[in-house]
Order: sequence, then C-alpha cells, then structure tokens
Amino acid sequence: MDSEESDSPQRVCNSFSSRCRYLFCVSGDFIKVYSTATEECVHVLQGHQNLVTGIQLNPHNHLQLYSCSFDGTIKLWDYLDGILIKTFTVGQKLHALYTHARAEDAVFVAIKKEKPDVFQLVSVRLPRSPRQDVEAEEPCLVLGYISPSPKCVAFGSQGEYVAAVRDFYLSVYFFKKKATSRFTLSSSGNRKHAKNNFTCVVCHPKEDCIATGHKDGKIRLWRGFDDEKKYTYTCLHWHHDLVMDLAFSATGGSLLSGGRESVLVEWRDAAEKTKEFLPRLGATIEHISVSPAGDLLCTSHSDNKITIIHRNLEASAVIQGLLDIVQQEYINDYGLVQIELTKAAFGCFGAWLATVEQRQEKEGELELQMKLWTYNKKTQGFVLNTKVSMPHEDHITALCFCNAEKSESPTLVTASRDGRFKVWVLADDSDIYREAVGWTCDFVGSYHKYQATNCCFSEDGSLLAVSFEETVTIWESEAWELRCTFCQRAGHVRHLCFGRLTCSKYLLGATENGTLCCWNLLSCALEWSTKLNITVMEPDPRSENVAAVSRSSGGSDLFVFKPSEPRPLYVQRNICSEEVRWGVFVPRDVPNAFTSEALQWLNRSQFYFLTASQSLLTFSSKSPEEKLTPTSKQLLAEESLPTTPFYFILGRHRQQRGEQADGASESELVQLPLTENVPAISELLHTPAHVLPSAAFLCSMFVNSLLLATEARSAEEMPDDVAMEEEEESDSSEEEGDATEKAQHADHTDAGDDLQQQLSQLAKCQEKELRKLRRVDYSWVTAP
Amino acid sequence: MGEFKVHRVRFFNYVPSGIRCVAYNNQSNRLAVSRTDGTVEIYNLSANYFQEKFFPGHESRATEALCWAKGQRLFSAGLNGEIIEYDLQALNIKYSMDAFGGPIWSMAASPSGSQLLVGCEDGSVKLFQINPDKIQFERNFDRQKSRILSLSWHPSGTHIAAGSIDCISVFDVKSGSAIHKMHVDRQYMGVSKRKCIIWGVAFLSDGTVISVDSAGKVQFWDSATGTLVKTHLVANADVQSIAVSDQEDSFVVGTAEGTVFHFQLVSVTSNSSEKQWVRTKPFQHHTHDVRTVAHSPTALISGGTDTHLVIRPLMEKVEVKNYDAALRKITFPHRRLISCSKKRQLLLFQFSHHLDLWRLGSTVATGKHGDTLPLSKDADHLLHLKTKGPENIICSCLSPCGSWIAYATASRFFLCRLNYEHDNISLHRVSKMPAFLRSAVQILFSEDSTKLFVASNQGSLHIFRLLEGSFKHLHTFQAQSGTVESMCLLAVSPDGNWLAASGTSAGVHVYNVKRLKLHCTVPAYNFPVTALAIAPKTNNLVIAHSDQQIFEYSIPDKQYTEWSRTIQKQGFHYLWLQRDTPITHISFHPKRPMHILLHDAYMFCIIDKSLPLPNDKTLLYNPLPPTNESDVIRRRTAHAFKISKRYKPLLFMDLLDERTLVAVERPLDDIIAQLPPPIKKKKFGT
Repeated sequence: MDSEESDSPQRVCNSFSSRCRYLFCVSGDFIKVYSTATEECVHVLQGHQNLVTGIQLNPHNHLQLYSCSFDGTIKLWDYLDGILIKTFTVGQKLHALYTHARAEDAVFVAIKKEKPDVFQLVSVRLPRSPRQDVEAEEPCLVLGYISPSPKCVAFGSQGEYVAAVRDFYLSVYFFKKKATSRFTLSSSGNRKHAKNNFTCVVCHPKEDCIATGHKDGKIRLWRGFDDEKKYTYTCLHWHHDLVMDLAFSATGGSLLSGGRESVLVEWRDAAEKTKEFLPRLGATIEHISVSPAGDLLCTSHSDNKITIIHRNLEASAVIQGLLDIVQQEYINDYGLVQIELTKAAFGCFGAWLATVEQRQEKEGELELQMKLWTYNKKTQGFVLNTKVSMPHEDHITALCFCNAEKSESPTLVTASRDGRFKVWVLADDSDIYREAVGWTCDFVGSYHKYQATNCCFSEDGSLLAVSFEETVTIWESEAWELRCTFCQRAGHVRHLCFGRLTCSKYLLGATENGTLCCWNLLSCALEWSTKLNITVMEPDPRSENVAAVSRSSGGSDLFVFKPSEPRPLYVQRNICSEEVRWGVFVPRDVPNAFTSEALQWLNRSQFYFLTASQSLLTFSSKSPEEKLTPTSKQLLAEESLPTTPFYFILGRHRQQRGEQADGASESELVQLPLTENVPAISELLHTPAHVLPSAAFLCSMFVNSLLLATEARSAEEMPDDVAMEEEEESDSSEEEGDATEKAQHADHTDAGDDLQQQLSQLAKCQEKELRKLRRVDYSWVTAP
Repeated sequence: MGEFKVHRVRFFNYVPSGIRCVAYNNQSNRLAVSRTDGTVEIYNLSANYFQEKFFPGHESRATEALCWAKGQRLFSAGLNGEIIEYDLQALNIKYSMDAFGGPIWSMAASPSGSQLLVGCEDGSVKLFQINPDKIQFERNFDRQKSRILSLSWHPSGTHIAAGSIDCISVFDVKSGSAIHKMHVDRQYMGVSKRKCIIWGVAFLSDGTVISVDSAGKVQFWDSATGTLVKTHLVANADVQSIAVSDQEDSFVVGTAEGTVFHFQLVSVTSNSSEKQWVRTKPFQHHTHDVRTVAHSPTALISGGTDTHLVIRPLMEKVEVKNYDAALRKITFPHRRLISCSKKRQLLLFQFSHHLDLWRLGSTVATGKHGDTLPLSKDADHLLHLKTKGPENIICSCLSPCGSWIAYATASRFFLCRLNYEHDNISLHRVSKMPAFLRSAVQILFSEDSTKLFVASNQGSLHIFRLLEGSFKHLHTFQAQSGTVESMCLLAVSPDGNWLAASGTSAGVHVYNVKRLKLHCTVPAYNFPVTALAIAPKTNNLVIAHSDQQIFEYSIPDKQYTEWSRTIQKQGFHYLWLQRDTPITHISFHPKRPMHILLHDAYMFCIIDKSLPLPNDKTLLYNPLPPTNESDVIRRRTAHAFKISKRYKPLLFMDLLDERTLVAVERPLDDIIAQLPPPIKKKKFGT
C-alpha cells in the first residue's frame, strides 16, 4: 500500500467545448470535463502517464479534444463519452499544445531543447492511421527560443502567423512568407522600462492584431506587424501588477485581462476609457478562456477555483471554490502585510465553522478576528453568524469545539498566548426584528498567567484540557472548575488529545521537546511517556486509535497507536519527504474490512494529511491495477435503445424473428442472431455519430447485417466477439479468429447455403473492418 | 580649465509665455509658433531646430490662429479681430486687417494656398483672397449660431468643415451654404453636461471629418451623410487640438491633460484593403494643456500652456536612427535676454514688458574647490524699468561701464543713462531719438562704452557716439543692395575697431568702425549663426552655427585661422554635434588668449586651442580628473574641450574678471511653479 496523491493543485488550462456545454480543465495527469450548466464534473479523461500540459479542441471536429503531456504523447479524446480515440507518440516532453484549422493534420507543440530553458515551437504531423497507437512524424521547427509558458504563443486568426513572446521581444512567424519579424521593447537598465517583460500573448480572432501582456501591468495591442518598420502599438494600462492572461472575445470586440488584482477587466473596442470590471474574484486570475460561441467566459484562479462568467460580466458559477473568510478587498502589493487565516475548526458535526484571522504589521499591533459560520443547508454553504473582533489580547493558539453528542448548546474554547482560555457558547441573540442566535463568551479561565498553548475536549464533553506552557489543566465543563493539573517539566505542551472509546480515561500530550506523555485521568498519574517529536496528533473518532506524525531527518513518519499501550499499531516511515502540517481522520460511511493487521486501523476511517507544499495525501487501500480504470471499460453498451428510426427497424426485425420463431419448428437449425448481439449494429448504435464513416459507406454493411443468415453462428464465434469488446485485443488474435472461421467454412459444400454463408461471413468481415474503422482518425467528419 | 569663483544667479524669474498655435510649413521645413503674449517665433527644423526669427508680442494681439499660405507667407489672427501678415525678411508686421466679425477664433488657408478662411465670434466664416501684396475680402458663408472655433478645408478645396459649439457644419465653398450640420453629444459616459466645444476639425480627402471636443472625444463623421461613424474617448478633459499628416495616414490630438495621442490608419488584416483608425501611442511630454499640435512628415509637434515646444520624431518615418530622431523639448528662446556690466558687476534682465537691473552679491570668504561661499552682501535689485505701451521689448543692452541702458520695442527705441551716487541710482532718459531710429533688432555697446551699435529692422546698422549724457549719430551702414534682411547678431572687437554683424541666412559682415566701411564678408554657411564674438588682441572672429560647428576667422587676414581649419579637417566630436541647444554666447579670457568660453542651455565649455582636439574615441564629457591620478593620465586624457554641465538650464554665463564667472540659471521647476495648476489627475499609488 502506498500513499496516493488524491488532489494536487490543478494546473488549469481551461477551454470550452464548441457549444459551451462543457468546460475542460487540466488537473495533474487528468483532464476534467465539467458541465457549464451544473458545474458537475462529467468525465475525467485519464490515460496520460505524466502531467498534462495542454488541451485544444480538434479544429476539424469540435467533439474531439487533443491533449499533450510530459509523457511525450498527444492524445485525441472523445470528450462526450470520455473515450480515448488515439494516442500519438512524439517521444519528447511536450510543454504546450496549439492547433488551428488551417494546419491540415498538424498540431503545434512546444518542446525543450538540450540546453535548459530553451524551448522550440515545432509542428507535428499526426499521420492518419487506423491504429490506435500511432508514432507521430518527426517534428519540424517553426520557431526557436520561445518561452516555456503556454500563454506565450498564440496563432493568428486565419492561421497565417504565429506570435511568440519571451523576455523583451515579440516574434511573429508568417507561414506564407516563412519569415519571422521580431519586435523588441527597450529593456535597458532604466527603472521605467525595467518591467517591460512580456507575460502573455493572444491574437485577435478577426483582425491582424496581437495583444500582449507585460510584467508592469501594461497591455500592448500590436498592429501592422507584417512590416517590421511600420508596426505600431497601443498601450492599455490598468493592472498594476503583471498581466497573467489575456483573451479576446469571440468576435474580437473586447479584450479580457486578469492578474493578481483578482479583477477581470474587459476592454471594449480595445480602448482605454471604455473598460468594465468584474472585481473580487477571490484570487489571482491565472487563465482566461472564452467560449467559441462567445456567451461564456471562465477564469481559473490561483486558489484552485474556476469561475464561469456570463458575457455581461456576471459570475454564474464557481467550480471548486474556497470560502471567502476575510471578506475584504484583497490589496496586492509587495511588502504589504496581509490578513492571514490562522485557525479554523468545524464543530457540532459540521454545523458550525470557527475561523481566526490575524494581521500583525508591527510588534504589538495585532489585529485579531474570530468568525463563526453556520452551515446553511439550503445554499449548501457557510453563512457568517458572529464576528468577534479581538477575542483575545494575543495570538490564538488553539480552537476547539465540544463535539459531544449530548451537549445541549454548542461550545467553543479558544486558547491564547495572553494567558487565558475563553469558552464561547451559542446564545439567543433575538431582538424585536428577528430571531437569531449568536456566540457569546461564557467563561474566561487562566492558570498562573501562563500562556495557553492548546485545548481539547474529552469525547463526552465533560472535561476540558487546557495546556498552559508546561502544565496541563483539566477543567470540568459543567461549572468550569479546575479539577487537576499535570506537569511533566518536559517543555511546552504543543498537542493535547483525549483518548476515545475504551481509552477515554487517557490524556495524551506532546511537548515541543519531543516527549509524548500519556496520563491516566482516573489515577491522575503518568501512564507512560516516550520520546517522539510529534508535529501532528489526531485521534480517530470511530476507534481508540491515535495517529501521530513525527518529523525526522529523512522525512515524516506516521505512527498509529492506542493510548492504552505505548506500542504502536502501525508505523509507516517516510510517508512524505516534507513536513506534514495537518492530519485528519474522515469516518467511512461503510466500514472497510481489511484483514491484514497492519491496515485494520483504516477500517473505520480514512486518514488524510496535508503537507507543507499543499498536497493532500491519503492512504489508499486499492491495488495499483484497480486504480487504473481502463478507458475501454467505459465503453459499455447501453441496454435500452432510444426510440430512433433504428429502433423501429430493429423492432420490426425482432417481431419478424418472433413470428418466424413461432412458425418455424424448434428443430430448425437456423438460429437467428439477436439483433442486439449483431456486432455491426451495436457498433453502429453505440459508436458516437461523429466518429463514424459516411452513411453511404455504412449502409450496405448495415443492411447486410440485417439480412437473415440461414446458418447459425457457431458457438465458438460468440466469445470471439465478446473478446473483441476489449481494446487490448491484438490484431494478430483477430487474424487467428479469421483463420479458424475460414477453416470452418471450408467444410460447407452446399451452394445455396454458401451464399448465405458468404453473406454472414461478409457481415463478420465487415464488422471487423468497422471495428478497425473506429480507430481510424475520422477528423474529416466535421461536426454539424 | 582653471578654477573660478562662480556667481550662481537664480533670481532671473523669467517665465516664457505659453504656446498657443503652431503652424508647420512643409516646403521650407519651418515651424511658426505663436505664444499667448502675441510673440511669433520661426523655427528652422532643418537647421537643428534653431529659432531663427521672432516677432515681438503685443498686449492686445492674442493670437488664436496661425497659418502659412502660398509662397511662404505667414498669417495670424487673433481676438482683436485682425488678420496680420508678417514680413519674414524685415522681421516686422507687413499689415493688419480687420475682418469685421468680432474676435477671430480660427483660420485656415486653402489647400492651394490662395484663399484664407477665418472663423469669427459672430458665427460667420469669411473667405479672403490672398493677393501678392495684401488679402482681400471675398465673401461670407452662411452664418452660424455661435462662434466658429475650428476650420478645415477638404483637400480638394470644394468643401470646408467648421467646428462650433455643439455642432459641426460642412459648407460648400462654391455656394457658401451649409450642407450638413452634425450635432455633437454633450454628454459622453456621464463626463460632462456642459456645452460641447468643438476645438478642432480635420477634413480628410475621403470625406471623413474628424472632430475633437471638450468632452474628451475624438469623433469620425461621414460628411456625405452627416452621420457619426466612430467615437474614441481619449481623455477626461478637453481634447484641444488636432493635426493630420499630409498622407492622411496618421493624425495627432492634444488634450488638456497634457497627453498627446497618436492615431494611425492601419489595415484590418494584411490581405484586405479595409483600414481603420487606431489610437496607438500616447505621449506625455507636457504637464499642462496641449493647446496646439502639428504633424510634420517625420515628427509630431506639440505646444501648450507649459511653454515647452516638443518635437517627437516618428520612429517609423525616420530613415536612419541618428540624433535627429531624438525627442526635442525647446523651452528657452535661442537668444540672449541678459546683458552684463563687468565693471560694476551688474546684470540686466529682459522681460517682455520690463527690464530688471541687479547688482551681484559679493563675498569675502574663501574656500576650496566645490565650496559654497556665504554672501557678505546680498544681490541688489537696483532698477525695475517698465516699458510704456502694449508692445513687448525686442532687445536690450547694458553698457560695459554700467551707465547706459538701451532697449527697443517694435515702434520705439529707448536709451537711458544711469548715474550712480553711492547707493542711489538716478535714471535719465535720453530724449530726442533720431527719427530713423524707430526700432531695433539688436543693440550693442562697444567695450569702452563710447559707441552704440544698433541693427535696425530695415537691414541697416547705425553707429552712435556716446558722450556724457548725450549721443550723436556717426554713421549708417546700409543693407547690402537688394536685401532687406535684418541683422540679428552683432559683435564688436574689444579695441572697438571691428564690428561683425550677421543676419539669418547670409554670411557675417565685418565692418571697419574707424574707416566706416565694410571690411570683408565671411563666406556664407548653410546653417544660421547662433553666436558671434571677436577675440581681443588677435581680432579673431569666432562664429557658432546652429549645427554646432564653430569657425574662427581672422579679421585682419580675412581668412579662417589655422586652428579653425584643423578642427574642420578633423571634425567635431560626435557628442558635441549631438547637443540639443545652440550656443548663445561666446566670450574670451583676457589673460589666456588660447581660451574660448562658450555655453548653451545645458553646458559651459572652455575651448583650449593649445590642447589636442578630441576624436570620437575620447571621452568628451570628462569630469575633472581626481587629483590623485597621475599627471601622465591627466595629460593624455586632456583635450581642447573642457565642459561643465553643473549649471543648467543655463541662460547666460560670462567672465566678470580673470577669476570670476557669473552663471544665470533658470530651473524648470521654478517656471512650472509659476504656471497655473494643471488638471488634477489621480496618480496610481498616491
């Protein structure tokens, strides 16, 4: 069993399907297909072995999608069904992908040359071959020395030129002239031009106009660039920090730009004075994409969110958004101290969320805010309930809800460096206008003016443990009375945790000097202690197990143990090389039954942990084979056929068969094949229409397959068909099948039967052909 | 270079007048600039943007329009309702003519240059025929409701567009009737609800009318249908001026925010003939309103309230990227406004309507190199001499002895005698000027203050002898036969024997003052003379030209000196030739005959003729070598041009005595501080 990366930050390059119904987004090795209407992830296209670096709609067939990846392949997908149609192997790491309608069957990719940081734009001809795995032809160079960023290359509207930017220059390569024009901005050391660097480039969909974004926030619109002397540009300047991405609207009437300000700017008529804004988008805009029909835009953000925006600049949907806690304008400026969200906790089984944000400009000028959010079932989101400014005089070190089931009112405890812990309870806050509840402070406790370092409720909520530097104090939650104290003199207590279920009499404490102590609450004595430098300690709510992650020189180690015994149940050394910041047990809906002793701790809950690099990792119980769902398996034929003209044909056919079956004697050898089982028909019905060859081509085959074969299909042939459902089937085995059939048919001598035989065989051959055809590139079939 | 005690004078609070109009003449490559005080200046763009001529202003002649007509004739019109033609040879006003339509706001010469159109306050557009000697009223066009602020001819000369308040009218020239009236939206994106003033119109040959207005819009109209085609909102304030290039592929507009926008006609796609106007580059070279713009084939020219004349070359039109392709900003006049009395340490400052006489401060302290010495006696404002009448002062001079002041306006010549009695000064005006001495272009006193030389605007040179409180006409050198060109520059030799005079184009004439006859003429050079001086003892005439060439001509030998030939052979350092401003003053060190002292607005230079000339590889602007460096290196790097850029903008610099210099600076910030506040613009991050 190994740890599996479940959700890495998405490297989003998004694009829309032709009719704006789907949105594509690259996430690690996968491409996610979202519905723009419901924000639902419809498909996950998986098959790449490495990071996907670029996606583009097939310009010749808008129901297909090209993707390229670091694994050196270009894949063609049918995104409606989530099927991999073809794989072209290039053999080099591909850094970006571009297509345009004028390039017949070539796509453009960015590859890296030997030297570091030198990238080239090359065109790759994708050969038309019936096979599914195709070796792409040798790439041919278009532009050298381009930027590694996919945003730094753009193709002109008619595919007549390609523009690439890097550092301080813009190069435009004209395909017809086979010449490159290069325009350099002054980069001289003077302060004014120091940030002239290009950051992105887009081309106007109708006119000969190139828009470039710059590091100083300027946007330049280049015109007349076919003449290296007469070129001219217009400057648009609103962004104060670098322009992250640019996009032209579908008609070219307006230009969209975004950057760190988290404001989407629309420049109408590309004029400085006629701009519109969509502010407060939450985080830096990384990508902007415009749907081909022009009615939708989408922006992807640095906080892993995609916003779908209507053409009238109204955000219509958010995919995977984060909750805005601070609820203030984000001012992006270098050297500015921002508000930091420092603590957050869920309570009362998800009904409440407590957050703490702080901002400290100078020593002693601390701004603290605690916010309590209630979950609204109707909107499926958290709504701000109470805002407490300066809940403590100093940093809040811990936050903990009482999660006991029997507790009548929700209770929250905050511990702070100001030497106090405060108990907050939900109280009635109604006035004459409305009925409301709000949080108020119920109790303030302290212990010898020591700084409170952590706090923890026991499972039943009856006891509260608060650590004050080296001392742990136990308070009774009924009357908030101090019951007893534990002191180990082993450094400040950093983590506290009560045991669960049968181990509820134990209290665990981890100190910053690397000692883990377990106290018995009944005897008020130390049960055991061990040396362990714990960074994360988390109890499993469904079992007695406690997971602790310790930091060692090699990386982070995971220990799972029961408080009752100082011997770990499970040890996983080096779960990740970096520091683990947080860990949590998520209860399983259906308990797993792992038989192996080492995994039994995962039976009731799944353990997730977050690393310093913001990777959320978990333990997966599936074998690597199971994890890979072959794309072929998704090619499942639907059982119920829709009422189409085909259905009526087939329905009638079935009726005929029924009549015949009635009329014919049971002894008759001729067994009609079920229409559903005729591969040609099922193939025809289940293959998406856009990948099929022309109707004229299919017609004869289809009609033939409907003809009644007098000969029953031999029992051996049926499994052959089933086997062929799987894509892994090799050509050689198919030929083998052919050979056996021929051998069988050689036995037949009857001439009348022979014709029928011939027909049925023809149908079979054609079925095979049809099957092959499915793997051919049908890019010439353009979607209506 | 030697060490000098420098009087650093910053109390010359000269403020140039704001620029109101510019008019570019393509044939002669000259630019006429009119200022708000009525002054008209002529710049020769071929001669390194040298201001070669100027016409003094007049209080009542606020120029509102300026244009060139056929045959290099320059016309202006103003709020006094008069049309004025200037005599570019004699440097005076040829005639002025009332248009009888109230104040004139606009004027345009027809494409053929034979007709002149003026737009008046009463809403009338008047057509004048330009005859060889005068202009003649031809007829009125249909009168409009309000004043005509802008006019433009269709290149074919058949139609005109006139911008008024809230509307643009298109007239047919033949019938004189308005064929279209296009109303301009007052409010655009909620900017303003006030009247929309059409500050400028331009009629293109395809029938498009471009208008700029007070709501910040640049609009394109179809004159055939009278409809609006496109609007560009370029500013939050007024767009005040527009100029179209001759090819009609680019135009430029100036806004009240100080920004100049360039519009270009670019093709929509490379393989279609469809073209569109695109706003390309903004230029922010001005702090105040850009009242006027001009479009020469290679440059955008703009001027405004902030008094700068900015010439911004268009890079795509420039063939070679040499120094001519650099931006020029002309702020100060290319002539001297200051004269100095070495004996009494007096400075005379010339303003448009008054003269100021200052006595320099003095110090008893001493210090080492670079020290600022404390003043023991502050500079003294001795005299404030106001002219009578509305005319501006053309030129002024203070005699070297400090007891005479002479100045001239367009119609009168004044000579005053100063008497110093301890701290009291008494001014006594010399009355009874001779009738022929009505005006002057340049005035000069001889070194011993006994002779007065006056260059009149008829091309003649008068010599007067000055005695205690009285003066006597000695002689008049008449202009060379056939020319009426005025002499703009005068120089007299320290011994008083030689007088050199130079006009704007012909060569320098040297007169023998004793014998009262023309001694010789220095061969004419392509570029105008910017400064003249005659060296003591050797009587070498040093001439600086606007292309930064310097010649030394020996008057007794009637030929160029050996040094002058050497430097012509070797050529000047390229950085020397690339300087922006002309040399405005040349002087000599009384004890070091090998030194020539000269300055322009940004540097002061001592040419040591005994040292080797710099070539292009040597460092021209070398700072003073540090003393710890070995003598060998210092000697090897030493060359004839010792340049100091410490004082700038430098309006005047002269040697008071062997060890004392006086430098008059006028910092640009001080000028801006005296201008009206610019339109407040929110600056990001403030």
